[in-house]
Amino acid sequence: MRKSTLFFMSLAVQSVLLIGAFTHAAYQHGRDAFILGETAALVKRLELTDLCLFTEARYTRHPTQADLHSPFQDHPLSFEHFPSGSLLALPKGIGGR
Amino acid sequence: MGNWFERQRNIIDFTLSSLVRRKGKNLALLLVYALLVFLLASVMFFTHALRREASFVLQGAPEIVVQRMSAGRHELIPARYLGMIKGIRGVSGVRGRLWGYYFDPFSGANYTLMVPEAFSHGSGDVIIGQGIARTRLVGPGDVLSFQRYDGTPAILTVREVLPSASELVSSDLIVLSENDFRRFFGMAPGLYTDIVLTVRNAKEVATVAGKVQKLLPDTRPILKSEILRTYDTIFDWRSGIIVVILSSAVLAFIIFAWDKASGLSAEERKEIGILKAIGWETSDVLLMKFWEGAAVSLTAFLAGVLLAYVHVFFTPVMLFEPVLKGWSTLYPSFKLVPFINPYQVATLFFLTVVPYTVATIVPSWRAATIDPDSVMRS
Repeated sequence: MRKSTLFFMSLAVQSVLLIGAFTHAAYQHGRDAFILGETAALVKRLELTDLCLFTEARYTRHPTQADLHSPFQDHPLSFEHFPSGSLLALPKGIGGR
Repeated sequence: MGNWFERQRNIIDFTLSSLVRRKGKNLALLLVYALLVFLLASVMFFTHALRREASFVLQGAPEIVVQRMSAGRHELIPARYLGMIKGIRGVSGVRGRLWGYYFDPFSGANYTLMVPEAFSHGSGDVIIGQGIARTRLVGPGDVLSFQRYDGTPAILTVREVLPSASELVSSDLIVLSENDFRRFFGMAPGLYTDIVLTVRNAKEVATVAGKVQKLLPDTRPILKSEILRTYDTIFDWRSGIIVVILSSAVLAFIIFAWDKASGLSAEERKEIGILKAIGWETSDVLLMKFWEGAAVSLTAFLAGVLLAYVHVFFTPVMLFEPVLKGWSTLYPSFKLVPFINPYQVATLFFLTVVPYTVATIVPSWRAATIDPDSVMRS
């Protein structure tokens, strides 16, 4: 078999797989819509405000409910303590945003 | 048309044979390229899916949360504030919310204790999130032992475990009755953690929040729109930071690609010299270089994107887990709903393929304009 045929075949297979990924995403999205709806209902029922992504500190567990100056909550000049905290953006309203 | 197509195929055949002759070097380039695309695509897919999921599930969040601030910190809010807020025109419902944190020395994890508006079980019963069930190895019917604020033990029976599909919002939750919560933290009956309110007309939310702050200057209203915006910012920030870190890798790759394309080996120079001597035009050599770039770029790009899709949506995102976990002991185990769109793939294409193409254009032109005579003599 010619090398160019192999090349085009491999590109075609990869492109089909990429289209497959899009199709899978659309199918899975439709399938998981119910689960997402259930989670949204749980959020509403329990009046939750945040995602449970980082449980190490209160201002990383509930960033939307944290004090405006939470990065400096231990001391006005203190450095950020937790690794997640160093990756969080400043709360709204600080730095003129 | 047939001739043109056959000519392209012949050049591709030759280009691929040439690439295979130097397979070690080209395979290394392909691997590095695919790895770079994989990393960037993983970050993009992961943060986008998380952002979409956050914006979807947090639509159920309270319209306005009112916190009381004291000495610059969140403070418990007295029950009399409920009546004052209820009197504001446009407010349709007010409720005091009770929630707090508990550090469990047994597992070294922080839990969120929460009192719902209607608790379906009795005193001494709890509903827990999957993360706690996993960390403490408990299930429905088992008993959890904690320590109250005064050091006395609190024995709580697990009645339900929240579904694993909701772990992204409920992994560390302990849902319990108001009575148990107040006894647990020693909180007086007239106090709440914060207040949530509903507004009759959605357009009036900001006005109502303004009125709350005017009426109760020591409070801080947090709107649902702010909650949603915060998550948008967090994921933008996080993905931005990772992309900035990865940009050094992109830069290193561009230098690598430039070096690879410009530092033609003696064998490659000889090959081009012979091709030109036997009648290949400069445009033919350029075409060969174009197909060489296209073969490497497209293969690496598609492989990287596909691997990233599998990594983010079929595995527990192993690569980012340590970054996301931080120092957390309890971490939710969640499966993201795949949200990808052609715009993301196009962005990735421009972030990876375009820099590679730009970095190899000039060296390719130089290679194509080699003087065959001087090359063959040297």
